[in-house]
Amino acid sequence: MLDDKDRIFTNLYGKRDRSLKGAKDRGCWQGTKNILKKGQSWIVEEIKASGLRGRGGAGFPTGLKWSFMPEAKEEKPSYLVINADESEPGTCKDREIMRHDPHHLIEGALFAGFAMGAHVTYIYIRGEYVREREALQCAIDEAYDSGLLGKNACKSGWAFDVILHHGAGAYICGEETALLESLEGKKGMPRMKPPFPAGAGLYGCPTTVNNVESIAVVPTILRRGAGWFSSIGRANNVGTKVFAISGHVNYPCVVEEAMSIPLKELIEKHCGGVRGGWKNLKAIIPGGASVPLLPSSLCDTAIMDFDWLKDNQSGLGTAAVIVMDNSADVIKAIWRLSKFYKHESCGQCTPCREGTGWMMRVMERLVKGEARIEEIDMLHKVSKQVEGHTICALGDAAAWPIQGLIRHFRSELEQRITERNKVEIKYVAAE
Amino acid sequence: MLRRIHPIQPNGFKFSATNMKWAREEIKKYPSGRKASAVIPILWKVQEQEGWVSRPAIDCVAKILEMDPIRVLEVASFYFMFHLSPMGDVAHIQVCGTTSCMLCGSEDLIKVCKEEISQEPHSRSSDGKFSWEEVECLGACANAPIVQIGKDYFEDLSEKKFRGLVKLLKKGKIPVPGSQVGRFSCEPGNGQKSLQGKNKEKNNASVQLALRGKDTVFKKNKLKFNSV
Repeated sequence: MLDDKDRIFTNLYGKRDRSLKGAKDRGCWQGTKNILKKGQSWIVEEIKASGLRGRGGAGFPTGLKWSFMPEAKEEKPSYLVINADESEPGTCKDREIMRHDPHHLIEGALFAGFAMGAHVTYIYIRGEYVREREALQCAIDEAYDSGLLGKNACKSGWAFDVILHHGAGAYICGEETALLESLEGKKGMPRMKPPFPAGAGLYGCPTTVNNVESIAVVPTILRRGAGWFSSIGRANNVGTKVFAISGHVNYPCVVEEAMSIPLKELIEKHCGGVRGGWKNLKAIIPGGASVPLLPSSLCDTAIMDFDWLKDNQSGLGTAAVIVMDNSADVIKAIWRLSKFYKHESCGQCTPCREGTGWMMRVMERLVKGEARIEEIDMLHKVSKQVEGHTICALGDAAAWPIQGLIRHFRSELEQRITERNKVEIKYVAAE
Repeated sequence: MLRRIHPIQPNGFKFSATNMKWAREEIKKYPSGRKASAVIPILWKVQEQEGWVSRPAIDCVAKILEMDPIRVLEVASFYFMFHLSPMGDVAHIQVCGTTSCMLCGSEDLIKVCKEEISQEPHSRSSDGKFSWEEVECLGACANAPIVQIGKDYFEDLSEKKFRGLVKLLKKGKIPVPGSQVGRFSCEPGNGQKSLQGKNKEKNNASVQLALRGKDTVFKKNKLKFNSV
């Protein structure tokens, strides 16, 4: 288990003093000016060396992403945009950072913004998080009042503004270019790439979009050194990670742990185990709705990091673990995700707009067993026609959970159809 | 999902002086010539004031932001949090139904809504005070199942607790938001394994902000919070 001294978010549960003073006592905003003095390239190199990979789902190296930003020019400002549109089913980690430990995020925004030559950052928080928005705004106001942000942030000579913006209930705005569209006051429909945001992002200016957690871990990495961060976890999968565990565990929770923690340890140490014991585990979704599930046979040895999960045809995603015990109807659980994607498809690309609805309807029949066995393969084929044929990854995300279900629970799908048929035959015979 | 404006529309819309002032400030957050960026926050303020987004309100927002009305309507109909028809006067109850909540019993909560409010989502109860809908993931999955009422999350619900909560609201009383089983926030229910120590704060940030009592579902009543 990760030691408290190695935890970045020391007020994740909000029980300790949440004010700026409390945050400062826990190490935030200490020597910020001196770190800024080391220069932009030092910060970028340190983050590169730390091995930090984006915490929003894709796991792209954060330092490398920052280095794509062009030299700042007068006529085109650069922007840092922080993606706080946390809506991936199962995910509730950024909420805790923003409402309980917000100064990590605000200070991280200053470091990241400075490193990429941005004087303004927009934080795009989901509309439903009203109280979280208020809590974060309080923290931003406190930072302004103390001169940590503003025309001369931390007396460093760097002007830096943090502006909190919000959405209004559209999952798609978590996709970075849809988020930018939304921030410009339009429907959240993803843009074609290229150009990538680093070339032409918000208002056509160079922009980097980062997840809340990716930015919030930055101050601690810069203070404690890249070496400290990269010493936690396995090679290429380093650092600490905020996990959210929900579903059929005895005590669901959000917890910061070491990357590459075994799944079993995570669940048993922090969540009091699976309901009814480890043997009662049926399946888990390891990284939020978009990643394929893992059956219990893989869970015994599962390691919670990017590479292990990828090697096992799933993904770490947002590290939101949804646990299902044997009482769960796994087919229905995946159907509910299909319904989610159908609801959230922005409608721009035909394969996704039509495909998500189509897949949901077939899933609906599979839940009841009212399908033919051949339809399982047909569903798989259709999911492959959606995957990779859309502008953004929502189409892929809708396809993967279904592919995972077919891969690991085909026998259960078939069994349900067979049983349903038996009942029907009985009725026919009775007539 | 196809969302249209309501067939019955009010004659006009006007922001209150305070809200108008707020809107002017909001626009300043964005670079000059980028007023449209404020469209979501300003539409949201419309909904806070009126309870829903009407056609005259859309036209008014378009004028403020120098946008074509169709661009504002596009936004209002794209984002699901905007109600294009009147919801319950007191509260619109949003039950999260996505997988984590479903696994933890959100279907029972929907049953309560049907029994206590109305059979159909997005329609008002017979007294016009309440309405409900099933929403997609609210992002508090470690506290599933969750319901959002107004600005607040009610977490760790059961059918019984939720029914009690709705009944309280019907009596004109305000329930205390946050976990309904006594958890502080998202720590494990049997005690933390990390970050142990004394509590400095009385409530988590969301609950604390709600308990100021300035902006719960009841705007004018003298507020007293009640536990279910």
